[in-house]
Amino acid sequence: MTYSIDGRTVAAEPCPGQCLRTFLRESGALGVKKGCDAGDCGACTVWLDGRPVHSCLMPAFRAKGRQVTTVQGLASGNDLHPVQQAFLEAQAFQCGFCAAGMIMTVAALDEDQRADLPRALKGNLCRCTGYRSIADAVHGVAAIEQDVAGAACGASLPNPFSAGIVTGHARYTMDVDAADPALRGLLHLKVLRSPHAHARILRIDTAKALAIPGVVAVFTHEDVPKKLFSTATHEDHLVDPDDTLILDDVARFVGQRIAAVVAETEGAAEAGCRALEVDYEILPAVFDPVDAMAPDAPLLHPGNDGLAGGARGNVFLCLKGEVGSVAEGFAAAAVVHEETYSTSRVQHAHLETHGSIAWRDGEGRIHVRTSTQAPFITHRKLCYLFGIFPHDLHVFTERVGGGFGGKQEMLSEDLCVLATLKLGRPVKWEFTRPEEFLGATSRHQMTTRVKMGATADGTLTALEVHVVSNTGAYGGHGGETLAAALGSPLAAYRCPAKKAEGHAVYTNVIPGGGFRGYGASQTSFAIESALDDLAAKLGIDPFAIRRRNMIRPDDVIQSVWAEPSDVAFGSYGLDQCLDLVEAELASGKGERTPEGDWAEGTGVALAVLEAGPPTEHRSGGEMRLLADGTYHLAVGSTEMGNGSVTAHRQIAAAVLGTRAEAIAIINADTDRAPYDTGTFASTGTVVAGQAVELTARALAAEILAYAARRTNTAPEDWRLAADAVESATQRISLAELCRLAAAEGHGLEAKRKAYLSPRTIGFNVQGVRLAVHRVTGEIRILHSVHAADIGRLINPLQCRGQIEGAVAMGLGWALTEHMVHDAQGNVVNAALRNYHIPAFADTPRTTVLFADTHDTIGPLGAKAQGECAINAVAPAVANALANATGVRFAHLPFTPDRIFDRLGGLESRPL
Amino acid sequence: MDLNTVRQVRSPSSADEVADWPAGHAWLSGGTWLMSEPQPGIDTLVDLNGLNWPALMASDAGLEIAATATIGALADFSAPSDWTAAPLLRACAHALLMSFKVADVATVGGNICMSLPAGAMVSLTVALEATYVLWPRAGAPRTVAAKDFVTGNHANVLAPGELLRAIHVPAASFKRRFALRRASLTKLGRSAALLIGTSGPNGDLLLTITASTPRPVQLRFAVMPDADALQAALAGAIPADGWFDDVNGTPAYKRHLTVHFAEEIRAELAAGRRDA
Repeated sequence: MTYSIDGRTVAAEPCPGQCLRTFLRESGALGVKKGCDAGDCGACTVWLDGRPVHSCLMPAFRAKGRQVTTVQGLASGNDLHPVQQAFLEAQAFQCGFCAAGMIMTVAALDEDQRADLPRALKGNLCRCTGYRSIADAVHGVAAIEQDVAGAACGASLPNPFSAGIVTGHARYTMDVDAADPALRGLLHLKVLRSPHAHARILRIDTAKALAIPGVVAVFTHEDVPKKLFSTATHEDHLVDPDDTLILDDVARFVGQRIAAVVAETEGAAEAGCRALEVDYEILPAVFDPVDAMAPDAPLLHPGNDGLAGGARGNVFLCLKGEVGSVAEGFAAAAVVHEETYSTSRVQHAHLETHGSIAWRDGEGRIHVRTSTQAPFITHRKLCYLFGIFPHDLHVFTERVGGGFGGKQEMLSEDLCVLATLKLGRPVKWEFTRPEEFLGATSRHQMTTRVKMGATADGTLTALEVHVVSNTGAYGGHGGETLAAALGSPLAAYRCPAKKAEGHAVYTNVIPGGGFRGYGASQTSFAIESALDDLAAKLGIDPFAIRRRNMIRPDDVIQSVWAEPSDVAFGSYGLDQCLDLVEAELASGKGERTPEGDWAEGTGVALAVLEAGPPTEHRSGGEMRLLADGTYHLAVGSTEMGNGSVTAHRQIAAAVLGTRAEAIAIINADTDRAPYDTGTFASTGTVVAGQAVELTARALAAEILAYAARRTNTAPEDWRLAADAVESATQRISLAELCRLAAAEGHGLEAKRKAYLSPRTIGFNVQGVRLAVHRVTGEIRILHSVHAADIGRLINPLQCRGQIEGAVAMGLGWALTEHMVHDAQGNVVNAALRNYHIPAFADTPRTTVLFADTHDTIGPLGAKAQGECAINAVAPAVANALANATGVRFAHLPFTPDRIFDRLGGLESRPL
Repeated sequence: MDLNTVRQVRSPSSADEVADWPAGHAWLSGGTWLMSEPQPGIDTLVDLNGLNWPALMASDAGLEIAATATIGALADFSAPSDWTAAPLLRACAHALLMSFKVADVATVGGNICMSLPAGAMVSLTVALEATYVLWPRAGAPRTVAAKDFVTGNHANVLAPGELLRAIHVPAASFKRRFALRRASLTKLGRSAALLIGTSGPNGDLLLTITASTPRPVQLRFAVMPDADALQAALAGAIPADGWFDDVNGTPAYKRHLTVHFAEEIRAELAAGRRDA
């Protein structure tokens, strides 16, 4: 008996314990994705004799003699399956990693199941979309528009890789062909992770591991360059502490990598890890950042002298500032409110885990195919660590299956390169899902004390915050997230006196990292909650107190530092956003209050965010006219579901007066695209997009100038059309122009760089109406409304999708997600079944509204779109909950078991 | 996930072919839990699929559920019209965190043998006063009451290699009225508390508490208790530290839900009797 996969007969035999997913992927069905490897996410869904199954849970041998259908076998010939077509037309994906499993599930649903998607899709997780577009696809709602020359900007065009995504042919980081000659002899890397929160390694005995058949090498702290670095990626490497070694002889959190085993198979590498014998000297550990600041606390990095502000001990960074005098401001206040609010540690849970593949080519160059948001910074860090001449290293991405800040980090590339350099063979390392929770990064847990004073009419007189940020065992992003925490959430309000102090503190837990919202989320939660508490004390409406105090276009954008900043109002739509949300909440739309013992309330919160980080950030573009009259565009930024590739094509097409389809784009490749700092901190549109705009304008000018020169006319006489240059009397097709230029040895091309300054500012307002059950503590979002001022919408469909995704992620932070550590520092819920990211059933449909603005700084009037929306979500939920119950819940998340006993429902009886 | 330590798959056509049970052996039923976590101690899978046990057999005596029957099949079972409690089959299948795709593969026996507090096939069969037929590797088959099978979180009475063969639900259990209450920290998520009450023509109450406690707790009342008597019985049956502590809900919350749901179930079944 043989195996039938998408109509192909496969004679190979699976290994006895192999799951069907691996077997299918080995047979070439790389459209089948590995997201959780545990039956929770559904990315691996295939059909077995026509019935959908999670192929990661199915022993491969059970498929023998049966028909396996993967997403690659769903279409008949060139005709997409109707569900594939529907997903394409609804653009029911962003990174696309979940799409294969989502499509295979939806295509198998019967009518009853289609009518109950919350239940039918409980085994399919999407971290990007917020599920609205997926529901639309199921119901056949199309959203994409025609690609018309000259009208690309502002059109809801599909992702250029849509066909590949819905058919499973798009290639992600780990989708490599086993027969690829560059990867011949591919080795697999696995790491042993620390079982202790703080321990010194006394000895690692590798003999038993090396004796395991298939194990090729073991690397320990003795094998790595003794160079400290930070896994965080920023243009300015000085903003992150050099506190990390590739492999260290001290473990500072449970999950830190201890040793790497490289083997012919993953199984042998796993066995090698199990066979390593490590002697540890257990060191005292500290998990709470306040405890860690005590003079007698165990020190994580004894050599730490911090960055600034008198940091010492476990305090990596202390930031302080004051403008005006808060003492005077509080003295002048009619009411002062003071409360402590805290946020939880959460994980990005991008469906594609971290992973890299490194190999050396015949000329000795090292290539690294990796899942990153910052290939160029990764390139630099690898060059530094291993002493590689920059030309000899090539770092690139294929499609990246989600990032959200989690891949603004070099976590898997270094060990692959180390092993390739030592062994000369290709090496692959793919994080497991538990490793994401144990050994990647997380959102910084922050505790924020807010003190606010106001006059009787609600005018703020003083605002003071004190933040303690737990940066975990390593300090990457610790300083920048703290600075962000003390930045925009305070700058959102006009107030004569503001003061802030923050500490970023080392503890023995998983390191904090970059995460959508980046510090500002945490203090937005605190300040927006506190403002409602203050309003309640004053008897003022939450919208009114915001309108009274929010920054206006004639204000200085200022947090707690008096020096000038490069943030400017490229546009202003915060007032519109508040109006839009208020009107929509008042419209009575959304769901009605459920029957039973429910309390209902509404809440609002706002967020402002600079488009781009205060650190340096730059990007470049290259374009050239191709022989067929279309264009080539290379831009360094990464696409990980943020939609930048789609937007960049539209920007270029708009400038060049052509269709987006006429722009072939490559990105995120250190060989083939110009330098880009990375796609993070809201820069995909405003920096990389600006580079694209500048490049396209330069190319247009070059083309017109060449046409003029060839015809002895003036450039002003010519205009660029979709596929030709035209003057009043002449028309030359672009293909012809390219041929003429080539004949003269003249390339029609351009290259430009963009630099981030000034930075414009975007605005988001979230409104929530919810019901909370007074006994069970269940929260139901009845109406979710979001208004955004993100300038001109380059792609309205995509902008809506980014905001829906950010709102869903914010709801997860508010309602379900929480990394739980036990008393020894172990992560208790390192699996998606126990760390619950929002599923379809958890995610309400959000009404997304846009302010009508046109930015004067961002490209073509646009501002950043993907990040800031999340910051307003959790506080809006908190404020609605307070409105419903009269009780302030100040600590995330609001899972029913953390709130039930303060809801005034059933009095608990003594038992 | 790949179980890379597995060296062989045994596919017996009769359980008698598996007389030995060395360390490293594991029964493979649906495999949906086995394949979902690393199993470094397992080197041999013993596939139950070849045994071809008939999945569901209904008779006047009740319902015989093969351990290898899928949860999806049980949820879709068409019961005789006088089995008033039959909707519990689907309700308990839906109480599980698993997707319908997993339920199509996961087995009733697998869920019971996992013996997790939120294992709704345990809840179901305990509430319906089922008995389990166990096949040891040596010796005669034995029968245990469902309520005595699970001994704690992820613990049960099975000896190494012992096989759960079948679950027998007596017809009388299906002819009772029932009420079910459940709560989860997330929508359609894993149960923090799952309570099932049943009541017969004589107006008794059988209350089964699962998910909130490490193992099922069952309270039997010959006549419908009043609210105070019910709460007193709860307090007597579950000590203050007897509530399950995990990420699916704090012990205090599980206790709170249990107290609340128990009374709701009591009131519903008591009211239903008055209406009848």
